[in-house]
Amino acid sequence: MDAYVSLFIQSAFVENLALAFFLGMCTFLAVSKRVETAIGLGLAVIAIQVITVPVNYLIYTFLLADGALAWAGMPNLDLSFLGLVSYIGVIAALVQILEMTLDKFFPKLYNALGIFLPLITVNCAILGGTLFMVERQYDFAESVVFGVGSGSGWAIALIALAGIREKLKYSDVPDGLQGLGIAFIIVGLMSLSFMGFSGI
Amino acid sequence: MSESRKVLIDPLVDNNPITLQMLGICSALAVTTSLLPALLMCLALTSVAALAGAAISALRHRIPNNIRIIVHMTIIASLVILVDQLLKAFAFETSKQLSVFVGLIITNCIVLGRAEAFAMKNGVALSFIDGLGNGLGYSVILIAVASLRELFGAGTLLGYPILETVANGGWYEPNGLMLLPPSAFFIIGLLIWGIRTWRKQQVEKPEYQIHAVHRTEVF
Repeated sequence: MDAYVSLFIQSAFVENLALAFFLGMCTFLAVSKRVETAIGLGLAVIAIQVITVPVNYLIYTFLLADGALAWAGMPNLDLSFLGLVSYIGVIAALVQILEMTLDKFFPKLYNALGIFLPLITVNCAILGGTLFMVERQYDFAESVVFGVGSGSGWAIALIALAGIREKLKYSDVPDGLQGLGIAFIIVGLMSLSFMGFSGI
Repeated sequence: MSESRKVLIDPLVDNNPITLQMLGICSALAVTTSLLPALLMCLALTSVAALAGAAISALRHRIPNNIRIIVHMTIIASLVILVDQLLKAFAFETSKQLSVFVGLIITNCIVLGRAEAFAMKNGVALSFIDGLGNGLGYSVILIAVASLRELFGAGTLLGYPILETVANGGWYEPNGLMLLPPSAFFIIGLLIWGIRTWRKQQVEKPEYQIHAVHRTEVF
């Protein structure tokens, strides 16, 4: 149990996908202007991350890894080079399914998320989570915890940035730094403070 | 000729994918701790962007509109797999350093963004050049950031010592912050400031104008 808690803390704070690995930066900077949309997108990312990491784990272990097809009588087959195509396929399909489910059963949430839902497909935090899971060789339970942790870490960072940027509208920023420039500097400061977690 | 030249040159400064279009930022920050991986990453991204532009543009009349994203993803993913395998074959050490970021070229918004915005509407040659131009625009920023970070963080460029560090008996005390994630954000932020001071038309309008109060007005 201890191992899972520390994995959660590590993936959510110490190795925050947005602030330590710079994943999902484009959406991170583009969607962090209002807190409400940031919360919606954050929740959607957590949901997708929790599903895709374990599903891709199963696909990798039982279909793609070296010798994984032994159960089908093909122990010498190594399909790991097909990884990228399969992962992105799974992600695109899951996002599509989530979109249809939300549309049918939670139309309110669906309308609130709007365009951001399909955009999650090209959010590198999602694909990055899967690739880290493969690279670090997590087992099934660990991949679930890693999915929850990394998704929540990304959402926390996004919502915090949105809060700061809402306040920032009323401050006097130099012309050239307006908008994207100052956002970068703030994210840098946030990333600096998140580095404090690695001391724990 | 002039059009293709404009398509090639524009993304370098005036319509730079990173500092203006806000595309492909993730990898720009992550692989820039030293120059060599950054150069390889530029090469990989530029070739994928150019080839994907050409391939998608060649197929643009055959791709049904409602499933185009999936088709684009498949084309891009296949190209990335090629690049990934090539890197593993010829530059294994550096490809380990790049870790997941080569795979993440698939979700690099520069490639998909240009495919959507340009390759779906233009011819094969022009789309190829557009991909090349945007790849080069990305490379310019990446190389600038990586040179700064490696030079001041480790005192070397491409592994060759430029500023002799104290540890090697020289005079330069390396700035450890440069090798850590936050410095990448600061450098790109300041780079954007520089570019926008040079090219005024890129400055974003503030949402609220602050009213300058003169002392005489208050009293």
